[in-house]
Amino acid sequence: MRIQSKDSAVADTALVLTLKVAGQVCGVPVLSVRDVLGSQTITRIPLAPPEVAGGLNLRGRIVTAVDLRRRLGLPDRDPAAQPMSIVVEVDNELYSMLADSVGDVVPLAAEDAVPNPPTLDPLWRDVSRGVHRLDGQLLIVLDVDRVLAIGGGR
Amino acid sequence: MDDLIADFLTETHEGLAALDSALLRLEKSPNDQPTLSEIFRAVHTIKGTCGFLGLSRLERVAHSAENVLGRYRDGVLAVTPAGITLVLSALDRIKMIVVGIEASGGQEPAGDDAALIAQLDAMAEGEAMPPAAPLAAAPLADAPMAVAPLVAAHPAEPDAEILPAETGRAVAQSIRVSVDVLEDLMTLVSELVLTRNQLLQLSRARSDGAYTVPLQRLSHITSDLQDGVMKTRMQPIGNAWNKLPRLVRDLAGELGKKIELDMRGAETELDRQVLELIKDPLTHMVRNSADHGLESTEERRRAGKPDTGRVMLNAYHEGGHILIEIADDGKGLNTARIREKVVAQGLASETEIAGMTEAEIHRFIFRAGFSTAAAVTAVSGRGVGMDVVKTNVERIGGTIDVASQAGRGTRFTIKIPLTLAIVSALIVEVAGERFAVPQIGVLELVRVGGGSDAKVEVIKNAPVLRLRDRLLPLVSLGRVLGLAEEQDAAQHIEQRFIVVTQVGASVFGIIVDRLFDTEEIVVKPVPPILRHIGMFSGNTILGDGSVIMILDPNGIARATGVAAEGHSTRADDGAQAAQRSSERTALLLFRAADATPKAVPLGLIARLDDIPLADVESTGGQPVVQYRGQLMPLVSMSGEPPADRDGRGRQTVLVFSERGQSMGLMVDAILDVVEERLDVKAGHGRPGYLGSAVVAGKVTDVIDTAWWLRQVGADWFGTESGADRKRRLLVVEDSSFFRQLVVPVLSAAGFEVMAVASPAEALKLREQGVLFEAIVSDIEMPGMDGLAFARAVRAEGPWRELPMVALTGRVEPAAIARGREAGFTDYVAKYDRDALLGSLTECLATALAA
Repeated sequence: MRIQSKDSAVADTALVLTLKVAGQVCGVPVLSVRDVLGSQTITRIPLAPPEVAGGLNLRGRIVTAVDLRRRLGLPDRDPAAQPMSIVVEVDNELYSMLADSVGDVVPLAAEDAVPNPPTLDPLWRDVSRGVHRLDGQLLIVLDVDRVLAIGGGR
Repeated sequence: MDDLIADFLTETHEGLAALDSALLRLEKSPNDQPTLSEIFRAVHTIKGTCGFLGLSRLERVAHSAENVLGRYRDGVLAVTPAGITLVLSALDRIKMIVVGIEASGGQEPAGDDAALIAQLDAMAEGEAMPPAAPLAAAPLADAPMAVAPLVAAHPAEPDAEILPAETGRAVAQSIRVSVDVLEDLMTLVSELVLTRNQLLQLSRARSDGAYTVPLQRLSHITSDLQDGVMKTRMQPIGNAWNKLPRLVRDLAGELGKKIELDMRGAETELDRQVLELIKDPLTHMVRNSADHGLESTEERRRAGKPDTGRVMLNAYHEGGHILIEIADDGKGLNTARIREKVVAQGLASETEIAGMTEAEIHRFIFRAGFSTAAAVTAVSGRGVGMDVVKTNVERIGGTIDVASQAGRGTRFTIKIPLTLAIVSALIVEVAGERFAVPQIGVLELVRVGGGSDAKVEVIKNAPVLRLRDRLLPLVSLGRVLGLAEEQDAAQHIEQRFIVVTQVGASVFGIIVDRLFDTEEIVVKPVPPILRHIGMFSGNTILGDGSVIMILDPNGIARATGVAAEGHSTRADDGAQAAQRSSERTALLLFRAADATPKAVPLGLIARLDDIPLADVESTGGQPVVQYRGQLMPLVSMSGEPPADRDGRGRQTVLVFSERGQSMGLMVDAILDVVEERLDVKAGHGRPGYLGSAVVAGKVTDVIDTAWWLRQVGADWFGTESGADRKRRLLVVEDSSFFRQLVVPVLSAAGFEVMAVASPAEALKLREQGVLFEAIVSDIEMPGMDGLAFARAVRAEGPWRELPMVALTGRVEPAAIARGREAGFTDYVAKYDRDALLGSLTECLATALAA
């Protein structure tokens, strides 16, 4: 995996940006986040994998939006809801992960880490780098590379 | 100044600048072999060129410096700061002389370099530096030094003070810029163009006068800047060719052929990026031409051609594109072999291939894994050939086609865009989503429905467009992209647009909902997670800031099969295919008068139209309508006047046209267009009907168009005036259906027609001494076919000189040639009534004149 160094960082304390997807708290290593945007105009891309919400324009660069609800097999959000875009850069390409809301940046201590429960949905296990307890809630740290490993190209 | 010297000066300046820094590098790490070699080469080049140009003073200095460097390189002499200093001063001397040459316009300045040369030579001999050397200003040390501020250290030379004040012209004329810098500039300009477009769009929406003028100016400057930067990326295509003469020469030796390479238009410029991408395909194709295209010297002699085979490369601009031709005067493509191979590899069935034209068969060479070379040679013929070329060309938005003539040679034509960075694109909309279509493939735009003449028809669920006598296959963009509902049948298309697109030699239409304007777009690659889709060649940001996908017509063609290679659906070919098998006929089904569906061959109808009832007038009890500036009589099949049957206030009519006059046959509804085997059961005497047939599983009346045409009045179609005696025609046609169609048409046109079912019957008439003025004959007939019949007619008897018109579905050059050989005067496609009448008129006119 490419982000080995960040793996070890997570093992001690790592900063993650928390976000909510259908009530579930998730975290994305803050170092991989490039931008957080409010609601954007997203162009639908026909024939794209269902997880791909479309393309959006971030200051002249094209960002491919991946809907985390779809990626995680959760029900679609209310069409009126305004998702937040968490923009990450992978292999010089910009991607945006759509979440319902974005929370704080929190440090995660290694001792709070719990390995993926074996009963975790395989879909989730695939994209989760571990589960943390945070304020009495469970937080899933998302593996950005795995989240974006969709379609035929990757 | 001599061009040669000017070039030399520019080069030397560059070389010297590079040498300075390289020498300093060398001083820091004296054992750096690559640097040493680099320096040696550079000085050696200068020396060599000086000698060639007769610059003896320069040569002597360079020579001595080279000696020292040679010793360094060979490891005989240790690199010392003193040595470097000496070499640097030699370089300074060279610079001075060069500047002097520039100033004088080609003459070496006078001066004495003996002292410097002596020092250099002494250094080369390994002698210790004379400590008194005026040059060695740097502190002397035996060991190589790490740091020495040498550039600042060496003093000016006392004995060669000829420095002109200004630097020479040669320097200013061209500079070398790293490609990366140009690429960055291009990217920035692309972004600037996008931002400009955005601004323009905003200002248009806002109509704030204050910004208009500066924005205009910004817009112009941006365009100029774009052009300028674009120019820096342009390179003559000759740069991609310069290795070819050598390649061809080697090939000629290897293959034992005499080959001449003729390159034209090498100065044609195109974008560096495109050039890079086209280089390998071009090389491959030239190899191919030399290896497979050209025959061996012996074969050429036998064929009566000159020993030396020619491979021709030609490049030129056309529109915003570059056309590159690669042609040879060899044996041409082996159609028979390709055909065999196609069948053997299962790319097409025997029947399919039998119906293909030569050109279509030739295009199979672009299929993957296709190579007909009997022997795999070292040069080519491993089956990774033209398909790779085609893929590469298509990747940069280009097209490739082949034309070949047996025994005469083969010509490949590649059409590629000038640049990839910024392209002009048409913005279209389907199902509320916008897409960009690169202009390169767009031939024309057609509006269908909503009062326009063009109409989408359906053949077996496949929508087609009849466009100027060509049948275009249509692709619904919405359906291809999965945006439109499946039941969105084409006959319900109202008020749509068709983007007529060309991919390779295939033309097809893309159905879209709306068209916007064209926009200059910057193509950005598709993100990796979408690359498998294949319908998009990139994406971009429009003037309004929205992201939009760029459609790839090649991808669409591939996905829908409208342009599969070798199955060219080029309209006319498609039409031929439909008619060639004379059993299958495209029929228009409609309802009129009663519940029984009616059918008429599609080819007889000029147009389908919807006429507003309000426009229908009446003259002498005959309903007429003003149509295209003329009065068109309307004929009702039921005998009832036009009526508003479906509350739309419009009347659907089939328009038949003849000699500039039109007649509208009023029908209740158009049902479908089907392609069916038509087997007309003899008519039951009902006027206006040829008989009935089973079409689409239903009993259908086949109408007699000629009868209906007569209903508008005997002279409406201006039958040849009575004064003219009727010309006698013989029609030979085995199909009774065609006889029934053709005879009335010809009769209506004023001929006296006799129709027979076979050439044998026709020849019997000849024996009986029956005279005609022209013969119209089918080609494919059981027993004696049309060709044999023509030969028989030409062979002897009173009909020898008669004009003969062949009536056939096969209108392709080879078939026409065969027909002419057999004795036919002209060749006309079945169903093409106008062509038949035109041809007859012409034939008869010539016959009379003769």
